[in-house]
Amino acid sequence: MFDLDKFQEIWITITHNKSRSVMTAFGIFWGMFMLVVMVGAGVALERGITSQIEGFATNSCFIWTDRTSLPYKGFRKGRQWNMENKDLQILKSTVPEIQYMAPMIFAGNTNNNVTRNDKAGSYHIKGNLPAYNLIDNQKLIFGRYINDVDIAEKRKVCVIGERVYEVLFPHGENPIGKSIQVKGIYFQVIGVTRSNANINIGGDSMESVILPFSTMQQVFNMGNSIHFMAITAQPGVKVSEVEKKVYAALKTANNISPDDPTAVGGMNMEDQFTMFLYLGIGISSLIWIVGLGTLFAGAVGVSNIMLVTVRERTREIGIRRALGATPRVIVSQILTESIVLTLMAGTAGLMFGVSVLSLAGKLLENSTGIIKDPQIGFGVGLGALLILLIIGTLAGFIPANRAMKIKPIEAIREE
Amino acid sequence: MIKLSDINKTYYTEATSLHVLKGVDLLIESGDYVSIMGASGSGKSTLLNILGMLDNYDTGDYYLNNILIKNLSERQAAKYRNEMIGFVFQSFNLINFKNALENVALPLYYRKISRKKRNIIAMEYLDKMGLKDWAYHLPSEMSGGQKQRVAIARAIISEPKILLADEPTGALDSKTTEEVMQLLTDLNKGGITTIIVTHEKSVADATKKVIHIKDGMIESIESNHNYPLTTIH
Repeated sequence: MFDLDKFQEIWITITHNKSRSVMTAFGIFWGMFMLVVMVGAGVALERGITSQIEGFATNSCFIWTDRTSLPYKGFRKGRQWNMENKDLQILKSTVPEIQYMAPMIFAGNTNNNVTRNDKAGSYHIKGNLPAYNLIDNQKLIFGRYINDVDIAEKRKVCVIGERVYEVLFPHGENPIGKSIQVKGIYFQVIGVTRSNANINIGGDSMESVILPFSTMQQVFNMGNSIHFMAITAQPGVKVSEVEKKVYAALKTANNISPDDPTAVGGMNMEDQFTMFLYLGIGISSLIWIVGLGTLFAGAVGVSNIMLVTVRERTREIGIRRALGATPRVIVSQILTESIVLTLMAGTAGLMFGVSVLSLAGKLLENSTGIIKDPQIGFGVGLGALLILLIIGTLAGFIPANRAMKIKPIEAIREE
Repeated sequence: MIKLSDINKTYYTEATSLHVLKGVDLLIESGDYVSIMGASGSGKSTLLNILGMLDNYDTGDYYLNNILIKNLSERQAAKYRNEMIGFVFQSFNLINFKNALENVALPLYYRKISRKKRNIIAMEYLDKMGLKDWAYHLPSEMSGGQKQRVAIARAIISEPKILLADEPTGALDSKTTEEVMQLLTDLNKGGITTIIVTHEKSVADATKKVIHIKDGMIESIESNHNYPLTTIH
């Protein structure tokens, strides 16, 4: 029941009392603007944080070894130990909840350990299985990752990080099939990676040279040692449960006391993700509380000013009543004025906020920091407008009620 | 047209009560031109407010156009006011942020007449008042006489049966008073029942009938033998 005539009447009232209307609207405008900017910033923070762990399997855990701290089965405490290839078989058979298992070995980034012709650099050397790429997904800008045949045949191939490529190769040269020397041994480059996540295991993956796990064990005389293990849980299984079982199995297989607190170290991504998740929820709920609070404060402002306005307009309303306006017409006028003002101011605040966000988004476009791409969803905007509609109605309700009670005779009494 | 019988009205305050109208009986015929005179506090304005359905009365009966006006809902009262009564006030009571045309057109808005149509009608009435050139001026830009003429145009645009004027010349100088009274007289000649509350003798002299009210009771009703006056002193 859109009534153009009524709307014009209200429009005249609003526009002929500009300063009053602007004052009334500003609270809402500001509230909406703040809400949009804060929600946008919150979204950006969330996206930024999420981008730090992008490509990382959320159901993964990482396991390493350390000195034992309890004597067990005749072994003294303080024993240095390593996981070994046999442990992979043991884990596979005793912990069926494991989805992928990726053992790793490391060789440090000793001085200029990687060379090609006259170029050299110090990089992290890692031995990986193909399964690792399923856990920490690497973006390949050239070639491919290590595959099962590389492992089985112990091929002397390597995947290098993007920065390694930049240092060892002239710009634009295709590195695939070219040879580089790692600790004096020639390896053929089969791929170049660019890491998605900011989580790095065994050193920055941009500055790493990845060799097939089996090749690395053999050529660098590492025996059957495993330095580090990345494990993912089967879908539907909590990785923390799997982690516990893996700890127990490793301890049993390696003569370590089941109560030893230090011998098996680990970290599980579930905790990290849960933390991020709660952090995100915390931030966004804080933002919504503050934002809605601001909006509500704006509404209280509107209501207040309209209340004063109604008092100021007692005479006008009295005249209207004397000329034939029913109380309902007056209520509807005040309510509609409030809603129109709120909606206009709110929409202006929304649009201003969105433009500020998109400007900020442009400025932050190439940032790798923890604030990324601030914007609010269409649904959020729509929801905000709906909230505004409700707020406008509520804000207009008290003044409208006051206006309804004005008796024409009181209003037009001669002073 | 108007029939009042035994109208009583008492105002209550916290401490005291004030019996303003004490059994007023009054008959006003259609087309009458009546002034109500009385001292301040005599109840004349209250009587006018009751006639204009702006106020309720306690006991008695008020028939307007053979309709009993009693315990009306605000809605009904508003409707009757809009249809049957035109108001003219001492302080004009124009809406100050609306221009003359919008002010005049306002009663038709509440009668749900389209904007275009009511503006045309309002312009006609302003023209009748000789204020066509002032249609788009705000009340603050007009003289007292002009404002009162705008108010009169607004009062009659809805073609009411009765015109109620509460001290219509109270804020005007004598020359303008004369013009406004001439206007009201002309309107009455056109058939509209006109009731003017005043304490100015000169104003009362312009009407056909003068009702004297004192202490909430009608003291006397005299016919004005001088009517029609050609000039007002």
